[in-house]
Amino acid sequence: MIEINNLKKSFGPTLIWENVNLTIEDAETLAIIGKSGSGKSVLMKHINALMVPDEGTVSIDGKNINELSYVDLRLVRQKFGILFQGAALFDSITAFENVAFPLRYFTRYKEEKIKKRVMECLEMVNLGDIGDKTTAELSGGMRKRVGLARAIVLEPDYLLYDEPTSGLDPETSDEINDLIIHMSENLEITSIVVSHDMHSVLRVADKAAFLDEQKLSWYGTIDELRISDHKRLQQFVTASEYSISDENTRKGNHF
Amino acid sequence: MDIFIDLGRYTRLLYEAIRSATEYRTYWKNLISEMVKTGFDSLPIVMLAGSFTGAVLTIQTAYQLTSPLIPASTIGAIVSQSTIIELAAVISGLVLAGRVGARIATELGTMRVSEQIDALESMGFNSVSFLVVPRVLSGILMFPVLYVAAATLGVGGGLLAGIMTGTVPIADFMKGAREYFFAWDIVFGLIKSIVFGFVITSVSCYKGFYASGGAEGVGNATTNAAVLSCIYVLLADLALAAILL
Repeated sequence: MIEINNLKKSFGPTLIWENVNLTIEDAETLAIIGKSGSGKSVLMKHINALMVPDEGTVSIDGKNINELSYVDLRLVRQKFGILFQGAALFDSITAFENVAFPLRYFTRYKEEKIKKRVMECLEMVNLGDIGDKTTAELSGGMRKRVGLARAIVLEPDYLLYDEPTSGLDPETSDEINDLIIHMSENLEITSIVVSHDMHSVLRVADKAAFLDEQKLSWYGTIDELRISDHKRLQQFVTASEYSISDENTRKGNHF
Repeated sequence: MDIFIDLGRYTRLLYEAIRSATEYRTYWKNLISEMVKTGFDSLPIVMLAGSFTGAVLTIQTAYQLTSPLIPASTIGAIVSQSTIIELAAVISGLVLAGRVGARIATELGTMRVSEQIDALESMGFNSVSFLVVPRVLSGILMFPVLYVAAATLGVGGGLLAGIMTGTVPIADFMKGAREYFFAWDIVFGLIKSIVFGFVITSVSCYKGFYASGGAEGVGNATTNAAVLSCIYVLLADLALAAILL
């Protein structure tokens, strides 16, 4: 379980948000939504201490991660897999080696077992054998899948997705959404999805947290979100629906 | 004010690098690859710079020493000693500030802005141990090797230039070089090269590691790394000369 208590973050004089309180139950999928620049990715980076808050605490399974020693923090971090916005694949090694990378350093697996586990993960993200492809040879969607395969290779308890569908075409976005649903349902992983793509959020999330006006402005289930009378949340959702509708119109999907 | 922030962050990075230097399992593979990139791959440019510097020094020294009272062996003494004490280390230091420093800052800067360093940290890696320690160690270990190559080629280039231009016979050049050869000069050159290796790689790691702001940020980090490395090499050269000579 992840507990966020009274979190506050500023960059210099600019307040990003304050008084953020959230609890994310095991095997739940929470979407953090909000406009660009509302601090969604910043909040995500506090969850495994890639950033340190000005005030407040983040607890993972009851441990305040900001009070852990560096060695203990690294152990906690190994419970997480992260799919970064641009996938953050290591471009000096092949796509296969990117997935194998954590196994080579954090397990004592023999080469055969590493290969088997990598292939398992690549198949889980519908990629199969990618041979010796370098990361530069991969499309945007493939990069995200390889990033996701790398994120799950050590069987994490928590998966964090930073804008998993940004920059992808609608069809590939849907494939990534399916993968997120598959990960949380079949592997029972607790997931946090940072996104401003409401189409994706409504499909994959159980709950949503809306960051707006430098605070956690709204928090509830997806069903509650659909009927919420929170004005700014509805404006945000409606604007997103318009943009989805516009996209469909551009594609010729009139309905 | 910025200079104190920079100094504080640089010191913290070094402290973290020293603290994590014992985690050799994390970085030994990277160390080998960095030693090849920093040392072996830099050999051609360092050898070229060293030999040409020695050759030009011989020709210019011969041009300046016009008095018949000064023996030709003096040219060998000046060229060999200047090369060993000063030029091999400084010229290779300045060349490597551009070549090695720029490469390190660009690599780490790109990794920072594309979140690859965050990805490493999020997996539970110590990114300083994984990225910074092998690069700084490779500088400390390989710069002395490059210095020896530059010094050897420098003296050799000077000798060859003397023979080819007819300004100093081989026997006179070698006589002068031997007469004024002191083992301490080589030790001094090696100390310099170790210091330069540390300065260039650590400053470049710092600039790359804390790069921000996309492609422009990486560009700035690279430029700053190369320029600052050159300045610090010259300052370290002056300080070492004042302290050790």
